[in-house]
Amino acid sequence: MKTLGFHRIVASLAMAFSLIFGAPIALAQDASDAAAAEQLESVDPAEAADVADPDAVSEGSGAYTPMAPTEGKGMPVDAGWDIQPQYSEDGEFAYGLHIGLIWVMVVICAFVLALMLYTMFRFRRKANPVPSKTSHNTLIEVVWTVVPALILLAIAIPSITLIAKQYETPPKDAITIKAIGYQWYWGYAYPDNGDFEIISNMLDKDEANARGEPHQLAVDNRMVVPVGVPIRLQVTAADVIHSFAVPSLWFKMDAVPGRLNERIFQVDEPGVYYGQCSELCGARHGYMPIAVEALPMDQYNDWVLAQGGTVAGAEEEGVEADPAAVPLQEPESAEPSAPGAGAPPVEDATT
Amino acid sequence: MATTADTFQAHTDHAHDHADHKPGFFARWFMSTNHKDIGTLYLIFAIIAGVVGGAISGIMRAELAEPGIQYLQFWAEFMGGNADFDTSLHMWNVFITAHGLIMVFFMVMPAMIGGFGNWFVPLMIGAPDMAFPRMNNISFWLTVAGFFSLIFSLFVPGGTGPGAGTGWTVYAPLSTSGSQGPAVDFAIFSLHLAGAGSILGATNFITTIFNMRAPGMTLHKMPLFVWSVLVTAFLLLLALPVLAAAITMLLTDRNFGTTFFDPAGGGDPVLYQHLFWFFGHPEVYIMILPGFGMVSQIVATFSRKPVFGYLGMAYAMVAIGVVGFIVWAHHMYTVGLDVNTKMYFTAATMVIAVPTGVKIFSWIATMWGGSIEFKSPMVWALGFIFLFTVGGVTGVYLANGGVDDVVHDTYFVVAHFHYVLSMGAVFSLFAGFYYWFPKMSGKMHSELLSHLHFWFFFVGVNVIFFPQHFLGWQGMPRRYPDYADAYQYWNEVSTIGYMIMAFSMVFFFINIIYAFVAGKKAEANYWGEGATTLEWSLSSPPPFHQFSELPVIEEHHDYHDHIGDPEPSKA
Repeated sequence: MKTLGFHRIVASLAMAFSLIFGAPIALAQDASDAAAAEQLESVDPAEAADVADPDAVSEGSGAYTPMAPTEGKGMPVDAGWDIQPQYSEDGEFAYGLHIGLIWVMVVICAFVLALMLYTMFRFRRKANPVPSKTSHNTLIEVVWTVVPALILLAIAIPSITLIAKQYETPPKDAITIKAIGYQWYWGYAYPDNGDFEIISNMLDKDEANARGEPHQLAVDNRMVVPVGVPIRLQVTAADVIHSFAVPSLWFKMDAVPGRLNERIFQVDEPGVYYGQCSELCGARHGYMPIAVEALPMDQYNDWVLAQGGTVAGAEEEGVEADPAAVPLQEPESAEPSAPGAGAPPVEDATT
Repeated sequence: MATTADTFQAHTDHAHDHADHKPGFFARWFMSTNHKDIGTLYLIFAIIAGVVGGAISGIMRAELAEPGIQYLQFWAEFMGGNADFDTSLHMWNVFITAHGLIMVFFMVMPAMIGGFGNWFVPLMIGAPDMAFPRMNNISFWLTVAGFFSLIFSLFVPGGTGPGAGTGWTVYAPLSTSGSQGPAVDFAIFSLHLAGAGSILGATNFITTIFNMRAPGMTLHKMPLFVWSVLVTAFLLLLALPVLAAAITMLLTDRNFGTTFFDPAGGGDPVLYQHLFWFFGHPEVYIMILPGFGMVSQIVATFSRKPVFGYLGMAYAMVAIGVVGFIVWAHHMYTVGLDVNTKMYFTAATMVIAVPTGVKIFSWIATMWGGSIEFKSPMVWALGFIFLFTVGGVTGVYLANGGVDDVVHDTYFVVAHFHYVLSMGAVFSLFAGFYYWFPKMSGKMHSELLSHLHFWFFFVGVNVIFFPQHFLGWQGMPRRYPDYADAYQYWNEVSTIGYMIMAFSMVFFFINIIYAFVAGKKAEANYWGEGATTLEWSLSSPPPFHQFSELPVIEEHHDYHDHIGDPEPSKA
């Protein structure tokens, strides 16, 4: 009986093993499902852009109006329980890994639970009054050391691949945008477009509702980015550590004073994508959300011009802009009561 | 394990007369040098701190039950006069900070190491007391002083309002230039005191375990709980000085014009995080390893079987301890690590799952073929094994640096570490409590109340923390007093879970009262033949001074006797 028992353990471990290695297949399936869902969904934003943003069609420079967000895109949904749908290439890859990992987690937990329940039932005192004296079995111990190690190896390969993708260097001609964390709002500087800086404060609940945006997530001035092209996103902070995070783009990067963190950032389709500061930064940590608005390049250029920036028709002009000659930000757009409002970013003092 | 209860009963009774001379009340409890009394003090202290920390989490769950700010202004005014919006929000940060620090430094650590470690390490290795009894006393009172320093910090200015609102991690520069006023200094000093107490305690345990084992008890014959405390003590000894250094640098940055963590003077905020997590990651194993040890004892006892794969279990803990020192930066995946560093920490972190898996499977294998009795300690231990597995697999998920990007600093992380701590560590604490309470008090608790406590607590904590995985996946950041409407549903569920959990604690306290008022007198070995370690050879409660004549562990009695190990292991 005893030996039979251990054979059972080995057999079930082997079963779990095969299940887990089935996970990559499931992962691939899920990825294709996600892609299919993507195609379905891609109808929506076009519609939404037409309906909610009629001004954008007029194409006149300076005709920018904030895009209306699409329900369920780039934001959490009511009682939602999965990662937000992804709108970047890395995000989609990572989402596939996430689904694979969920399967691994579920299978392991179910296996351990089943094994426990069976053991508890089969070897309860009534059913098995005389305990065995077994305290050692080299084979089974080797198996339960090696099998988890192999599972981890199987996880590590896509995981390392993902990290490598996320750290790809942006192309040389990528537009640079700089997100700067302040207590308690974000500034977005556009050094390749004349180095203007947008100050982004949270809208209060009434204003957000009036604009049809989710409160705690909506801001007055969004970070506008061109869609479909790689962006060199730099993140830093002026006072304490903040963190620039957009869940639907699988992006999170700490804003550390004195450091310039850089990462490739790309949005696949136009839309509004919300995020929130993700490193404790003092009292109003929960009140400095992030809203990224991705626009086609021509609309992005219009927006840049409307902000008083420059658009590099010939690349050279914009790049060589003298940072000292350009106003860093518009203090009046910052919340007047906020400590540090209107203060220049600290790296100007240190570099 | 080594000796059965009846071998030493005669010896204990004989020694009882001159071993039970107790000092007066003040000298006994305030100037104690007795490991059992100090253990009791630690346990009482941990329960009080746990109630405070748990009440704070109740305030937080109440606030989070719906969007908007409901109660924070009340609490801010309660703590110090009129409060504007920022002061109310600051109060939130004070709560998360106090909850974290209290639960880590003043509940789990004192209960695990100070409480059960002090009580049962000497008993299990057949020693009369700890190696340095007076140092043991000062360890305890330093911890108490640390607690008071933390409480004091709540009533002095901390920047935007009273109290330290830095999070338990005390990251610079929020904790330096970002928090004016003495509150953060008091919080840091609290960590210094508690840390010093823990370092002294750790040296005490290491010395005791290496030098005071009964004749014949080699390292490879020690009960696994003693192994777990030994490994924990080494982690404390190596990790806490690094924390002490880091927070001392915070103090000098705050008060004496140094710029260790200030980029304006050539410092780096990320340096603080490296130092903190070099301590902080071993710290999470410090909180769980003694729990591993307790669960091993309990599973073996109630399965009436020796622990399966004893050596594998012991060295799995050693491996977890060693690897625990080289994975710290997985807490910092988003600070801007370079790509190779992130890949290394991803791989290294996943390695920890291997020894942890060995432990989970060994516990199940210990039960396999056993004669399992579902007494209260056993159900808590079983709850531990499953819930720790759940917390463990989400740990593997988070170990992936690229995946972590989306859930870093969200409620997913909160759910993960509460599964391993609020369920892992706390379940093992309750398991140990019900296992040893009659041994410590001499009174039997009620099995019915213990089981009711278990079931309500089990349901409650799962309802609190399981939905938090969903909140994290949906993107809700940690340490937020307010949130978008979409997050309301799971937050409401979570708060209901808190109420169930809080209700379960009623059974716990009634049970203690019941035991002292009406509990049956506990025999020496009330769990029967499965309980084989040395503490079961002594009366319940044990004499004030035990083992005045050392027990001898015979060569043929050890964990290997059933498999006929040809070579008796040497220490």
